[in-house]
Formats: sequence, structure tokens, C-alpha cells
Amino acid sequence: MPFTSPLGNLFGPSPFKPLQEHMRVVVRCAEQVPGLFEAIFSGDEAKLQAVKDKIFALENEADEIKNELRSHLPRTMFMPVDRRDLLEILDLQDSIADTAQDIAGMVTLRPVAPLEPIQAPLMALTERCLDACNKMASIMEELDELLETGFRGRESELVLNMIDELNKIETDTDHKAIELMRELFVHEKEIDPISLMVWHRLIRWVGDLANYSEKVGNRLRLLLAR
Amino acid sequence: MAIIAEHGSTFIIIAVIFGVFMTWGIGANDVANAMGTSVGSGALTVGAAIVVAAVFEFLGAALAGGQVTKTIRKGIIDPGPIADQPEILVFGMLAALLAAAVWLAIASIKGWPVSTTHSIVGAIVGFGMVGIGIEAVNWGKIGQIAFSWVLSPALGGIIAFGLMMSIRALILRAEEPLASARRWAPAYAFLVGFVMALVTLFKGLKHLRLDLSIPTSFLLAALFGLMVAGIGHLLIRRVEIDRAADRDFHFASVEKIFAPLMIFTACAMAFAHGSNDVANGIGPLAAVLALVKSGGDVTQSAPLPIWVLILGGGGIVLGLATYGYRVMQTIGKKITALTPSSGFCATMAAATTVVLASRTGLPVSTTHIAVGAVMGVGLARGFAALNLRVIGNILVSWVVTLPVGGLLAAFFFFTLKGIFT
Repeated sequence: MPFTSPLGNLFGPSPFKPLQEHMRVVVRCAEQVPGLFEAIFSGDEAKLQAVKDKIFALENEADEIKNELRSHLPRTMFMPVDRRDLLEILDLQDSIADTAQDIAGMVTLRPVAPLEPIQAPLMALTERCLDACNKMASIMEELDELLETGFRGRESELVLNMIDELNKIETDTDHKAIELMRELFVHEKEIDPISLMVWHRLIRWVGDLANYSEKVGNRLRLLLAR
Repeated sequence: MAIIAEHGSTFIIIAVIFGVFMTWGIGANDVANAMGTSVGSGALTVGAAIVVAAVFEFLGAALAGGQVTKTIRKGIIDPGPIADQPEILVFGMLAALLAAAVWLAIASIKGWPVSTTHSIVGAIVGFGMVGIGIEAVNWGKIGQIAFSWVLSPALGGIIAFGLMMSIRALILRAEEPLASARRWAPAYAFLVGFVMALVTLFKGLKHLRLDLSIPTSFLLAALFGLMVAGIGHLLIRRVEIDRAADRDFHFASVEKIFAPLMIFTACAMAFAHGSNDVANGIGPLAAVLALVKSGGDVTQSAPLPIWVLILGGGGIVLGLATYGYRVMQTIGKKITALTPSSGFCATMAAATTVVLASRTGLPVSTTHIAVGAVMGVGLARGFAALNLRVIGNILVSWVVTLPVGGLLAAFFFFTLKGIFT
């Protein structure tokens, strides 16, 4: 005898769990980016391909979670946060994976000449951008606690502080990116112009990893401010 | 008169069969819904929920079920015009029971969220209109009941919202949530015992010939509350802090403190449900019994015999044991989003609203009130996602159940009348 209980059907699937799952995959995807640069500077073609494949696979995985979550978020769902905010956060998280994919796609599409003087600052910038991604991740991991406390009170203050820290990290990545650009143009004559153009674009994209992480945090800030 | 004298025992046997069928259905479906929040939040296993339900449904029916039984029995229709044909009322009550039970069975098979209360009320009104006359229906009372069907889920929601906000303010948003939980949890246990006892005992229990003054009612309720708080304190003291789980989810141990409280709200919910919904099954049965025993006195002044209540309680336990446990398991799996703290608020709010309705003699839908209470917690931003479509479905089932229950009752009424006269 099939039956439906109004009480049983009242509870929809939590959108927060897949959102966090998506975030974890996206961060893992971004964490592969330093591997690409290491491969370029060590001239390890096989490693470059392997890392690129891994990034593409993770980006794909993130897309699947994203589409699954989107299809389970009908307008009749009553949630403690605005549906649009949730979808916006999902899209911003997804942009991080997309950016990592752009970087991986570009370095395998057009081999870029390794430029020794920018190696150290580039690695430093990438690591700092990953710090931003990880900060965003630990903020998103607080969603369960925010839900428990109704997105108010001490827990929300804690998360707001974490978002402040994320903002500081992002500002830091901006400075590092400018320094790196300067270094790149100092040595512009040492590589072919196309490589120069590609490096310029890659640096922008690495910076975007931190930018999108910050935007996730800022979106959450709006949500807590209400 | 002659018909009742001739077929008296047949009528009683039929009424008992239909009544047990109806209470079986209530136990199989309705009780599972009432206990669902406790099972879903992990406070009770299905086995424990069945034991709690068996004991407290019966207690609720026996101690606080009198008023609603009275409403179902003689509050909805006025049998004055058929005082010289009491068998009409017997046929009508039997038809109403059968109609409600059949409609519930159909709805369960189809998976529609139909309320037992709405079915029986619709059925009795249906019989009253065709069997006696439109003016025989106590429309004022029906208006009150219908109004309570709208008001009670809203009230459940408001109480749940208030409870959730108080737990947030006192415990979850406090400097030391864990210490605050330990401090306040016994107070919430007290609240459960106090409210349930006060509503039940207020001004005494008439059918048990227990007269209490207002201050005495308060005193007894407070004593009962303190007893519950004491048991709660002992249970909470045994809760162990799980530091590993707290690292993953900071409120894991706080929630563990709420788990024992859910045992009390589960008892309260079963008690509340027993006090209101058992009447749906035994109210018509009691009416038939009184008519036959008195040889056709339509005023039904005879008191409700206790074995009828036991029969109602027994039917519910039978329904739970044969089918309801599966429904409970399924619901329990579906509502794991309910944490002990939110489950406490929703269940406590629903139980309070239902006993208040029982006290006033209003037959309400426990399931709808539970849905209202969960919505209240949801409005306090307590749940990740609530499906609002359920509310639309409930409204549709509301509109459909009343006329269908009435039409079925009219059909069975003429069938029974044809068989016996």
C-alpha cells in the first residue's frame, strides 16, 4: 500500500549539502593549478597533460553537482536563504573551477616559454590565491552552524570575521599580481610575444581564483546582513 | 423503537467492527504521522515509538478524550426531529464510521494526505443532511470546527516559532551553548510536563469525577512538570560530550542534550493525539452503544463506558503493530532534516495545540497541526528546505474530503436503512 505523509513530503532535500559538496570539488580543482606551472618550469610534458586531465575531470564533476542541485531547487521550496542568493553562490563557486579549466586549457593549447625570473613570484601568487579558495571553503563549511543558529548571533559574527580575513587575502593577491606583472614586463624581451601575451592572461586568471572566492564570501555577507 | 430492540446486539457488533476498523486505520497511518517527528529526529527508535504510542495514546484517550468524543457523538447533529425514530441515528452513525473508514482506506491506497478528523466530520454532516435534514446539522458548531482547522495549524506554527526563537536566544546563540543547554534543558522538560498536565487537569477531569480548583490544577501541573524536569535532568546528566563530532559540527553535543527531551515531547504528542483522534473512531461507536442501551434515547445522556476507550486504544495499537510501524519507518527516513532541537519545538508546539483543542472539544487534524508547527520552525529559518507544495495538497484534500465523506455516508445510510427496515 503506497502512502504519502504530508509530514514526510514536507522536508525537501537540503540544498546546502550539495552546495558544500560542489565547493569541495571546486577547491580540489583549483589546487591542481600549481602543478601545471611546476610542469611548465620543469619541462615535464607528461605531467602537464596529467594535471590538465585531472582539472578537466574535476571541473566536469563540479558541473554535474551544479546541474543536479539546480534541478532540485524548485520555486516551491521554502528555504532560510533566498533562492537567488544560493544560485548566485553556486555560480561563483563554479567560476573557480571554470577558471582553473581555462588555465589548464591555455597552457596545453599553446606551449608557453618558461621565464625563470617570474617562477618564484608566480608560485607565491598561486599559493596565495589558493589560500583565498581555502578560506572560502572554511566559510562555506560553517553553513550547517549558520543554519542551526538561524543565520544570526555569534555564529554569524564568526563567519563575518572569516569573510573579513578572506577580503584581506584577496587584497594581498592583488598586490602580488601587480608585482608579478611588473616582473613579467621587465623580462618581456626574453620570450616570444605570444608567450608574453599568454603569461599575461594566465596571471589574470590565477588572480581570478581569489576574486571569485572573495565574491562567494561577499555574497554570503549580504545574506547574513539581512 | 422496535428496530433497535430487535437488532440491538447486531448494531453493537457492527459498530464495534467498524469502530475497530477506523481506529486500526488511525493507528496505521495517523499515529505514525504524529510520532514521525520523534522518530525522524532520532530521539526514538521505531520500537520505542510504538511502546510510547501504545501507552500514551490510551492515556490521552482515557484522561482527556472525553470532550471530543462528546462533540463527535452529539455535538455535530441535533437528533431532536427524529426522537421517535432513534434507529435513524444508529444507521447514520454506522454509515458515518464506515464512510470515513472506506474513504481513508482509498486515500491511503492513492497516497492522498487525508485527515481522519475531516473524514468523520464530513461523514456525520453528510448523514445528518440527508438522514434528518439540513437544519438538524449544528452549523454553528461546524463553523467553529472548520475555523479551528484553519486556526490550529497556525497556532502550532506560532508556538513552534516562539519556542525555536527562545532556544536560539537562550542556548544556541549563547556564549557557551553547551553549558547553556545543560542549564536550560530541564526547564524545557518542565514546560512539557507542566503544559500537558495543566491543560488536562484544568478545573478537573469530569468523567473521572475529579474536581480541582484552579490553584490546585496549577499546583498539580507544576508538581508534574517538576517530576518531568527531574527525570530530564537525570537523562541529560548521562549525555556524553562528543568532541570529535563537535569539531565537524559545533552543535553536535548541544543537540545530543536535546535528544532526551524529545522522549517527553513524543509522549506528549501520543497523549495529545489520543485525546483528540481516538474520538474519531469511538465517538460514533459510543453513540450507537448509548442508543441501544437506553432503548432509543436520542439525547444520549448515558456516560461513556470505559471499555469503549480501551477498545479504541486497542485498535490503535493493533494498527500500529500491523502496519503503522512501517509508515513510521518511512516517515522517519524522510525527515532526518529534523534535529532534536527543531524536533522538540515542532512536536511540543503541535502537542500543546492538540491538547488545547481536545480540551475545548474541537476535533482537529494532528497531522495538519504538525505540518503547521514544522512551518513555524521553518519561518524561524530552522530548516534547509521545506516543500510548500504540501500545503496546497492539504488544502485540496480538505476541500475534497468533506463532500466525499458526506456523500459516502449518505450512500451507506440508505443502504443500511434498506437492509434493516
